[in-house]
Order: sequence, then structure tokens, then C-alpha cells
Amino acid sequence: MAKTKKVVQLMPTDIKEELLAKYPPKVARKRAKQIMINEATESEAPSEILANVRTIPGIITMRGCTYAGCKGVIMGPTRDIVNITHGPIGCGFYSWLTRRNQTDPGPDGDNYMPYCFSTDMQDQDIIFGGEKKLAAAIEEAYELFHPKGICVFATCPVGLIGDDIHAVCKKMKAKFGDCNVFAFSCEGYKGVSQSAGHHIANNQVFSHLVGENETPPEGEYKINLLGEYNIGGDGFEIDRILKKCGITNVSTFSGNSSYEQFASAQHADLDCVMCHRSINYVADMLETKYGIPWIKVNFIGAESTAKSLRKIGEYFADKKLIDRIEAVIAEEMPDVEAARAEVLPNTEGKTAMLFVGGSRAHHYQDLFSEMGMKTLSAGYEFAHRDDYEGRHVIPDLKVDADSRNIEEIEVEADPELYNPRKTPDEIKALEDAGYKFKHYAGLNEQMDKGTIVIDDLNQYEAEKLVELLKPDVFCAGIKEKYSIQKTGVPMKQLHSYDSGGPYAGFKGAINFYHEIDRLVSSKVWSYMKAPWQESPELTGTFVWE
Amino acid sequence: MVLLRHTPTEVKERKALMINPAKTCQPIGAMYASLGIHGCLPHSHGSQGCCAYHRSALTRHYKEPVSAATSSFTEGASVFGGQANLLQAIDNIMSVYDPEVIAVHTTCLSETIGDDLNQIRDKAIKTGKLPEGKTFVGAPTPSYVGSHVTGFSNMVKAMAMLAEPTGKKNGKVNVIPGWVEPSDMGEIKRLAAMVGVDITLFPDTDGVLNAPLTGEYKMFPDGGVTVKELKGCGDAIGTLALGEWCSADAARWLDSKCKVPCTVLDMPFGLAATDRFVDVLRTVAGVSVPETVAFERGQLVDMISDMHQYFYGKRVALWGDPDQLISMVEFLISLDMQPVYVVTGTPGKKFEKRIQELCEGQPFEVKVKAKGDMFLMHQWIKNEPVDLLIGNTYGKYISRDEDIPLLRWGFPILDRQGHQYFPTVGYKGGLRLLEMILGLLLDRKDRDDPETQFELVL
Repeated sequence: MAKTKKVVQLMPTDIKEELLAKYPPKVARKRAKQIMINEATESEAPSEILANVRTIPGIITMRGCTYAGCKGVIMGPTRDIVNITHGPIGCGFYSWLTRRNQTDPGPDGDNYMPYCFSTDMQDQDIIFGGEKKLAAAIEEAYELFHPKGICVFATCPVGLIGDDIHAVCKKMKAKFGDCNVFAFSCEGYKGVSQSAGHHIANNQVFSHLVGENETPPEGEYKINLLGEYNIGGDGFEIDRILKKCGITNVSTFSGNSSYEQFASAQHADLDCVMCHRSINYVADMLETKYGIPWIKVNFIGAESTAKSLRKIGEYFADKKLIDRIEAVIAEEMPDVEAARAEVLPNTEGKTAMLFVGGSRAHHYQDLFSEMGMKTLSAGYEFAHRDDYEGRHVIPDLKVDADSRNIEEIEVEADPELYNPRKTPDEIKALEDAGYKFKHYAGLNEQMDKGTIVIDDLNQYEAEKLVELLKPDVFCAGIKEKYSIQKTGVPMKQLHSYDSGGPYAGFKGAINFYHEIDRLVSSKVWSYMKAPWQESPELTGTFVWE
Repeated sequence: MVLLRHTPTEVKERKALMINPAKTCQPIGAMYASLGIHGCLPHSHGSQGCCAYHRSALTRHYKEPVSAATSSFTEGASVFGGQANLLQAIDNIMSVYDPEVIAVHTTCLSETIGDDLNQIRDKAIKTGKLPEGKTFVGAPTPSYVGSHVTGFSNMVKAMAMLAEPTGKKNGKVNVIPGWVEPSDMGEIKRLAAMVGVDITLFPDTDGVLNAPLTGEYKMFPDGGVTVKELKGCGDAIGTLALGEWCSADAARWLDSKCKVPCTVLDMPFGLAATDRFVDVLRTVAGVSVPETVAFERGQLVDMISDMHQYFYGKRVALWGDPDQLISMVEFLISLDMQPVYVVTGTPGKKFEKRIQELCEGQPFEVKVKAKGDMFLMHQWIKNEPVDLLIGNTYGKYISRDEDIPLLRWGFPILDRQGHQYFPTVGYKGGLRLLEMILGLLLDRKDRDDPETQFELVL
């Protein structure tokens, strides 16, 4: 495994310059604002980064679209809703089972996730309008399956031709009476990335679903888990730990989720936010409407998991719960420590780069640091400035034309259901003790000084970064996987985890340690050159006797 | 636990709802075809999600880097037209990636707003955004017409339109392979070389989407048909189009515009289709087929005869692309297997007719549907089961629920490797198909036989 490292230490400013060198001036100016040398320490004012702005045409981006964020990410993992894509066949086809969301419907539970439903619009539907076909498709789905809910997703041409999908859904809902039908205007061209789709999805789920179930679930300590999508079974592991601690997870948005879970979310007493980017809107709305406070948690990494559990315990401030949490941590940690000790000799001192998601590039740094690995560079595909710099910048964010297209829904305290879970005094006491509600410090704070933070990384810059800094592992998505690996650097998918998982919680940490150990220790990366390529000049011949 | 637990046995006609499609959209086919041009960067003219989805799907199938750019439409471009985005994209692409060729395909978005690629191309040339010596290929690929196969065909036709006939024949034969694997394209080249015919194969993804791991990333791998070769395809002595849906349009265009006579054949999967391919190839080129080809053919016939007892009478359900299915159905019948259910999502009236013709006089009744879906096929299977499934990865849910072995063949295959490297066209490919089919059937037999009948020798 002799891999030659660059002897010359490059300055971060040189790297930035190198990344920008090939761009036309206008592109270089824009990218310069999206590439930040991290100097955020507690004493210094953090630098500003340009984020959530349009992708540059022609520059090979890692991003997807609004439809992908709405149908694929948020609604994809929910099992007992029939999700119909209204549009030509492609969008529905590509979002069919491709995110490795796992679900457990039980032996008899409803599960439509293995199905792909589409109106398969044809040219005549584009010319004459697709509303009739959509109504017929919803009706056929209802007749075939009688689901609790049917959701409709608009693709690009639907917005252009002006189909009123919301009116169609309203009509069908009234017609059926026992099936909740609603729609998402998540055309791919809206917004600048999949982030717009998360927002649109959350708004509709909140408006049409949350609060529908009036019966409170059983449980002493009730939380919602927001921004967890059960990729590779992450949600299962988190649920296992919560259950062991005696904490009731009322609803996960939206990994392994069901209609009833969403409908019951208002009964929780605390909201725990995993992926801040995709779901901070829901956390805010649940607080405003129902009085449920929210905290940021991170179940990626064993230490982070323990920390997040303690944070939940501290909130409920019940000794019984706190003791049980401590007992669970004490019981789980020895296995984690053993696995860590096993991999450390192989991973310590190694380096990583993470360009993924709108929170994962942050969460996974905890796991890497548990293995003694340093993150050289990181960034998000579809984040906003607050995901990098922390929530305190939210009031300063400029709303541009692309963001203005995304509906902001006004939420007020529910006249009957609003119920502050803590008194102002209790909240203040907790905050005085250092407890942070509605707080997210962002990615920059976590990273070392001088590391490079890049928003909306593209293929060219990825290639350059790998060439210049030679990380031991690179993390991104499927589109990036093989171009990175061709250079001889292992690539770990952190959107869909390749084949692995879970990586959340205690057992997940163990899985991840072993996975990264496997990647950085694999012999395959030493096979790049054939023996005759190492010394190509023929200097002698064997003499055959 | 049943994965597709909501699929009822009773078949009801659906008019509007497509469930579990056996097709996808045009642009992905155009993107795949573009990758078969040497030095080409495919470009998707629309919002960036299409490009992301197509790259992801192709990457998952080929386990190779798939680079492609996008016009990244936002709402403004959707209202005012995408010309500015595409011009800017071409400028950036040339500065950063410097490809020889940009192959632009449209999406349902740019088609609906009516962007005209030819006009934008002219503007790009006029404004110097597209430098001299660089090639622009453009194909309209609205997603609401046809399927991924149609998009492939449209891009292949755009490639043929690069032909610049000089009036002097160059002695070569154009072979348009259709949407087959890189390995299949390699095998077609090998077979043609064995027969002794100099061919221009386009597109040619061999060496592009099955490239080696060397420690160096090449955005433009060594493979692919060159622009020079494409320009020369108007001087060829003939064109063989393999597959009506994938390849015929391009071939007929060359025939009518460049006077290159064409023959439209089936894709050379299986014995008879390969026979016809070799026979037409040698006739067009005026050469004799060497003994080495007959030797390979004989090996395939030998394996059919050796293992006929296991093929005989086995019922098969298959789905996928029309050109591939037609040849496969013919091959299965030649093995005395029974392709009883055949579904393609790709529209085309000829398909159902052709399959019915192939199955005429056979001891089984075939259910065939173009514009069908896998939900319907699954319902047929529930009503009367089969012994084998042949189709893409999405069939694994039916395979598990109904406990029927699945031969992964077609597009996309997301959960297995091999298709990139081992061909299924030609005689050698036929041997591989038989090997895979036998493996599945005999594994099944070994699993299911009672102890008393468990046998070492099969």
C-alpha cells in the first residue's frame, strides 16, 4: 500500500487559484465566492460563502433537481402512500427504488415503495393538457389499491402546460372521501437544486397530513426524528437505540415512515433534527403551530449518538430517562471501542474529502475523526449559507428570484392544539445551562482552519482536488464514484452508501469503521500499474537454458 | 413477506396509470449513444435533474464514469427560452473540458418551450462560442414520445447526418449496432474482422464504458467512433442497421441522402439472427466467410444439442427493448423454449405483429404487448406461471415474490456485473446466453429436486 504523498505542501490559496484557473473570467468570479478557505474559529469572524445559487450551464454539476428532492428524497421513503409522478415516464422511472430507502411494513402492512406509478404523458397530453389523464390515473390507483393517501408530483412539462394538479387532487379527494389526495408543484426547473424540492414537499406534508390523527400515541418521552431517510437501514438502528432508552419515536420524516406517523407528528414533545437542510422548515412550523421545541441532533458517529441521546435526556430532565440513556451508552460503547481499536492502526492519520448532501458532509466528519482521519476539504451539493455558517445568518440571507418561486407557508399557533411543552422559565433555565434550541452551527465550525469548503462542487474541481491533495478516501454520490476511482482513490457513496449501512448509531459506527478500513486498506489500489509498466525500458532478456 | 404485495391476480384494463414501466425516456438513450463518439461530451438541454438522473442510471448500469453537461434551466430559461443557457454552456464546456464533439439532446422541457437546436448551433458558430474544428451534434429527444430506444435512435441518426459523401466509395460497411452493451459492440467488431470486412461501427461504446482501471481518469477514453469516420460513412458501400427501432432511421437516412444502400436486420442475438448478420455482411462486402466463423457457429449448435433436454418446453416471460426482444424470442423458440409473455414499454405496432409471427405454429400461445408494463406482466405470471424471467434488474421483485429465476439481460442492470465485458451477441454471445440460462435452470433443479433424485451428473 505504498502510495506516494505530495511532498510539497500546497497553500490553500494556491489550491483555490488552481481550481479557478481554467474558467472563463465570469465563471471564475462566481466560483471564487463558492470556494472558501475555512478560517472560522471561535475568535474570528467566519468568512461568507456563496450558496444556493444557480448552477453554471455547461459545468458538470453534482446536483439534481427539485422533483428529485421532493419525490425522491422526502416522499420516496414513505411506504403506504401511492406516489404518482405526473409527466413523461423518465422522472418516475429514475426515482424508482434508487435511493436505498429501507422500510419495514410488517407482514401485512401496506408498502407501495417497490412500485413506480406514472401518468406516462404522451405528446397529445402535452398539447391538449394532462389533467384528464391525471384524474383517470388517480382513479385507477384508488380502484386498484384503496390506499390511505395518493400524492401527485409535477414534472417540468406539467408546469409549462399549466395543468392544475392541485385542483384535480382536491376533486378526487372529495370524490373518494376516504383517501387523502394532494399534490406537489415540484417541477424540476424550480429553484436551483433539489433543496427547493425538500421545501415544497415539507410544506405540503405539513399542510395536508400533519395533525390528521387525533389519538396521541403511547409513550413517556415522545420525539419526532426529522431529516432521517433510512438509507441502508440508518433509521432502524436509531429506532433500536431510542426504544432501548425508552424514548418513543412518534414519526420519522421520512425514513421508514407511514401515513399515520406523519398524521400523528403533532403529539411529540420534542423534535430532533438530523438533516438540517432538508427539513428545518418542518421543525420551525411544528414549533409555531403546536409548541414543540426542536434541537439539532446527529446520530452519525458513536460519540455524536451518545451526545444526542444525552441532549434528549437533558431536555426531558427526568432522572429515570437520563439513567437509562447512560446505561444504554455504557452497554453499547465497548463494542464500538473494540471496533475502533481494530481499525485505528489502518485509518489513523489518513485523510478524507466529503462532498455530499446538505448535512452529510458535516455528520460524517464525526465518524472520520473517531477513526483519526482528517477532512481536508468538504462541501454540500445543495446547501444554503446557514448550513455552512450556522443558523445565525438566516436573517441576513438575501431571497433571490429562484427562492422566491418556492412557496413559504404562513403558520400560526393552532387555537386548540398549540401547547408549549416547556414554560418560558424552563426554557431559559435550560439555555442558561448551555442548552441550545433551534441551533445549528454549520459545517465550517467543525472543520480545521485552512481546509477548503466548496459549494456545488463539480467534476472538474473534484478531479483537481484529488490530484492536488491526494485524499485516502473521497465521499460523494454515484455520478462521481467512478471518475474518482479511476484515479486510484477509493470513493464512498454517502447518499446511498453503495451497498453498505446502516452507518447511524452505535452499530452503524462499527459498520462504517470497517467499511472505511476496507476501502483504505484494499490491495486493489496498488494494482494500477503492471510490472512491465513500472520500468518500461527493456534492459535485458532472460536466457532460456 | 411479499414485495409486490398489492399486485392483484385479476387483470383490469388501465387507460391512464402506468405501473412499473418497461421503458424510460428518450434523453438517456441519446446520452448513451453520444458516449459512443470519440472525444464527445454529451449535453442535456433542459433542467439539471434530467442530466443527473441519466448520468446516475448509466453509471449504475455500466459502473463507469459518465460525464455529461447540462443547460441547467431555471424558471427564467423555461419562460424565455434556453438559447442563452446553451450558448453559455458551450462556452464553458470548451474552456474547461475541451471535447472534440458536443452532442446535445433536448428534454421534455426544452421541447415543450420549442427551443430549436439547429438555430442555437448556428448562433454558437456565428458568435465564436463553438470554435472551428469542433463538432456539434444535435438531436431532438422529447421524453413524451417513444422511449429511451427512440432517443438512442434519434442521436444515432444525428450522428449519421455528419456524413459528408465525397462521391467516392471507401470500401467500408457501416454497421449500426443499436442499443447493446459495449462488450457487444466489441464482439460485432471482432466478428466483422473475422469475416474480413472493414466496418465503421457507430455508435461504439467499446473502450468507453468498459475502460480499465489504471490510476488515471480520462474524461474522453480511447474508444468511440471518430468524427472523421462518421463523415466517411456517406462513402460506405452499404449500411447494416441492426434493429428496426434503434438503427433503421439512421440507415435509411444514409440510404436516401447519401445513396448508401441499407439493410435493416435484427440484432444478432442467437443463432439465426447472427447467421443473417454474417450472411448479409459477407454479401454486401463481397467476401467469403472463413472457417473460423463456422467453427464458432458449430460450437453454439453443439451446446444447444448437448443441453436441449433442459431447454425444451420451458416457459419464459421477458420484457425490455423491442429490437432485443425480437431476437431473443426467436432464439428461445429455436431452443424449443416457450416465450409466453413478451412486454415492451416502447410503442410500435410492428412489435406485437412480429412477435406473433415468430410464435406462429408453436405449441404455445404468446401474450405480447407493446406499450405494456411490468405490472401487467406480473399479473399474467400470477395467472399462469413461467420457468424463467428474462429482463432488467427491476424483475428481481417478481423473481423473489414468485420464486422464478431471473436472467438479467437488457437495460438497466443495476445489481450485477459482466454485461460490460462479456457479449451476448454473435455465436460466442449465444454460448454465454445458453450458459447463463442453463445455470439458472439447473441451479433451480438442484435446489428443488428431492434427495432421491438429486444427481451429480446432469
